[in-house]
Amino acid sequence: MKFENYGRGIAKGMSVTIKHLLRHPTVSQYPEQRLNTSRRIRGNELIWSKEKCTGCATCAKTCHEGAIEIETSPNLVNNKYEVEKYQVDTGYCIMCGLCVEACPFEALFMGTTYEAAKYRRDELVQEKEDMMLEAGVKQPSGYFYPDYAAALPRQTLLIERITEEQMKPAKMEPKTETKTEKTAEAEKK
Amino acid sequence: MIMSNLDLNNLGNLQKVLPPDWPGGFWWHWLVFTTIIINAVLILVMAFIYIERRGMGRMQSRLGPNRTGPFGIFQPVADAIKVLLKEDIVPDTADKVVHWLAPLIAFVPTLMIFAVVPFGAGWSLAGDLNVGVLYVTAIGSISTVGVFMAGWGSSNKYSLLGAMRNVAAVVSYEMPLVLSVASVVLLAGSLSLHEIVQAQSIPFILLQPLAFLIFFMAGCAEINRSPFDLMEADSEIVAGFHTEYSGMKFAMFYLVEYAEALALSALITTFFLGGWQGPLLPPNFQWLWFVAKVFIVFFVMVWTRTTLPRVRIDQLMGFSWKFLLPLSIINLIATAIQVLVLPEGSLWVMIPVNFTIAAVLILIGSNFFTPGRGRVEV
Amino acid sequence: MTLKTEPFVLNMGPVHPSTHGVFRMRVVLDGEVVTDMEPVFGYLHRGIEKLAEERTYGGIIPLTDRLDYIAAMSNNFGYVLSVEKLAGIKVPERAEYIRVIMAELQRIASYLIIIGAFLNECGAYFTPFVYMFREREKIIDLFEMVSGQRLTYNYMRVGGVSQDLPEEFLPALDKFLAQMPVCIDEYDRLLKENEILLARSKGVGILSKETAINGSVTGPALRGSGVKWDIRRADPYSIYDRFEFDIPTGSAGDCYDRYRVRVEEMRQSLRIIKQAREQMPAGPVRTKVPHLVRPPVGETYAHIETPKGELGFYLVSDTSISPYRIHIRAPSLINLTVLRELIIGWKIADLFVIFGSIDLTMGEVDR
Repeated sequence: MKFENYGRGIAKGMSVTIKHLLRHPTVSQYPEQRLNTSRRIRGNELIWSKEKCTGCATCAKTCHEGAIEIETSPNLVNNKYEVEKYQVDTGYCIMCGLCVEACPFEALFMGTTYEAAKYRRDELVQEKEDMMLEAGVKQPSGYFYPDYAAALPRQTLLIERITEEQMKPAKMEPKTETKTEKTAEAEKK
Repeated sequence: MIMSNLDLNNLGNLQKVLPPDWPGGFWWHWLVFTTIIINAVLILVMAFIYIERRGMGRMQSRLGPNRTGPFGIFQPVADAIKVLLKEDIVPDTADKVVHWLAPLIAFVPTLMIFAVVPFGAGWSLAGDLNVGVLYVTAIGSISTVGVFMAGWGSSNKYSLLGAMRNVAAVVSYEMPLVLSVASVVLLAGSLSLHEIVQAQSIPFILLQPLAFLIFFMAGCAEINRSPFDLMEADSEIVAGFHTEYSGMKFAMFYLVEYAEALALSALITTFFLGGWQGPLLPPNFQWLWFVAKVFIVFFVMVWTRTTLPRVRIDQLMGFSWKFLLPLSIINLIATAIQVLVLPEGSLWVMIPVNFTIAAVLILIGSNFFTPGRGRVEV
Repeated sequence: MTLKTEPFVLNMGPVHPSTHGVFRMRVVLDGEVVTDMEPVFGYLHRGIEKLAEERTYGGIIPLTDRLDYIAAMSNNFGYVLSVEKLAGIKVPERAEYIRVIMAELQRIASYLIIIGAFLNECGAYFTPFVYMFREREKIIDLFEMVSGQRLTYNYMRVGGVSQDLPEEFLPALDKFLAQMPVCIDEYDRLLKENEILLARSKGVGILSKETAINGSVTGPALRGSGVKWDIRRADPYSIYDRFEFDIPTGSAGDCYDRYRVRVEEMRQSLRIIKQAREQMPAGPVRTKVPHLVRPPVGETYAHIETPKGELGFYLVSDTSISPYRIHIRAPSLINLTVLRELIIGWKIADLFVIFGSIDLTMGEVDR
């Protein structure tokens, strides 16, 4: 530790921290203050449309974790498959969204919830009644569905929150600093 | 002047402070004031913890504790209750007696320092102890024994490393610490803390800037404050000497850490910042000045802790022996010459002289100073 | 009578505040000096290479997210490049630009973490760490906007990227580009010239050019030693030959140089993003690729420059829907091999400074 700068470096650092004391903190207090998540959020659940689903099971084939289980039976009256069981084990699900991407009939959506902790593992299993789009309880996310994305609220960005409140006073000083540094570097070259 | 202070007549001071008409005499007095001191220290420590966590939080662009009570002011209380309710775990291979005694031995001397710290004019537990400075420096380093016992007794390698570091640091930093106080004693002409405070018509920080810096740094090193907090360096040796402590014993160590910070702030206030002296306040409320100054000193400690990285153990040693010690000796000699040469009542002359001396010494010292050997061939 | 001395063996980790995950070092100490060190790893082994043999080519992308989990975009990028090389798939222009922007943003985010962690291990009590995380949060916000997740993005696909950028992305990116240089300058002001930091990191853990090359160290650790080797320049993949940027190098090869190289590279990454943002064309972001890619028989190796170094994917195909074999050249693992040489002879306190400056992610070391 040679004091080449006679403590100037320490003084500079101290000035930065004391400046932060006067700025607004950037954190938000989570359970009360909630930020808007991304419009494309891949939440901890899937939402399934009963009307659009044909029971083709592309989603189940695409799922690498084997989290989707689907059982169908042929309905001879309207010549379609009846989905008897549609079950997602969100304990296995890694929220990669490949099933949503793969669905050829736009019948599967990512959910928007992210607080899905449960006390028992079997509570993590979603039955088709829990995840029905038509029930209207759950908000599907805009992942791969731009129409749904447009309807969701805008994502809160830290960049926008910071520019207005804090970066302005700080902007002046470091800028001059960079100039001097750059000239110093240029001189060296 | 020093001789006259050691005169036996001055013991009368002690008797004046001790009320002889208390029922039970000395022991009642002892009980009441010990309770007061312990409570005052506990409350101030809680305030310190609050200041540290909030201040550090804000400097780190966070909020800090803000849930318990208005602005989170009851957070230290909640923490204390939580920690006291925790299970006390003692490692199987630990030296049980040493492990059990260590927090106590670390805690008691820290508390004993407050016996002589003057909170106001003539206000201190043990009265005006005429060898106050000696007492403070002697008692203050005993807690190291407790820390070393903790490291040795808990049969953990991290603890042992932390304890070894602590002993090394305290042994080497005691020297510049005492030498820097010695120049203050020269100026005040007394070893009594009360008289040191009363001698500060000009705060000694102006008369002794270098001694102040050395005392601050050496003090920080002794009480494990950043940037010298190697003994509990969490990124290196987990938690240092209190790795194996939990529950109430851990609370004791936590308390010691902040009580030592409080003691150091109080001593800095007493030695350099004019103690309880200050304008505006009536005599009975001058302790408010004292508390305010203590908080300011502590805030500076929080500030440095937030900003600075930690030094390495060889750099810590080198910094003490190669930088602080020579500087404090030269400063002591310079102060002694000034006290001899300068006529009475011309103290202000020392302000420019000593600032110049400090600046020159720091510049020269910085150029010659390279602590630490870096890589060792093995 | 002679006194017997024993080496002081200390097991650091697997649970330790600064091992960046579950990493264990068996350290032999002489006082404070490290006389021997043996890295023990494998605590985070998940068998990703074997798992990948059971999955379709598209389904491996989520697995690569979990390799180096603080730079998931870069891993995605490296993997899809190798599959495209194997299957001979052409990627649309716009997708290339989006990939480059994402990879460079990820580079900044990853460097921010490692610089913060490095300074934290030097002992600056979480302050730089929290500041760096704040800046990283801005990048993570952008990634979340694009891909819907904050850590495991799973954004790139064989033949492009999963979705086009949302309309609010580019304005947000512009704001970020305006703010970030100011922030980097401010953090330089915080600790760049700090005497204690200089004392702790200058001349500490010197990685010589020869050792670095012999140990096939890559990334900032190599460039810190003064070797001008960056795969973006040395073997330009994707569209990196279209951008102007410098390769910052250190001279001494010590911890401080590695730290400065990372800071300078963040500035260069901002330059690349700026250029990519200006040149970005409109158009599709994904070519038509069959749902189950079946590359022809063969093998390939594609490598990219991730924040840690050279990340390579070696793929062997037997025309089935999943690779016959996949091998990942993980930069963290290779860089780990020189750690012992760097650490021996230094103090315990330096151990973690050196460890932090090399930049290891256990998810990638153990796979």
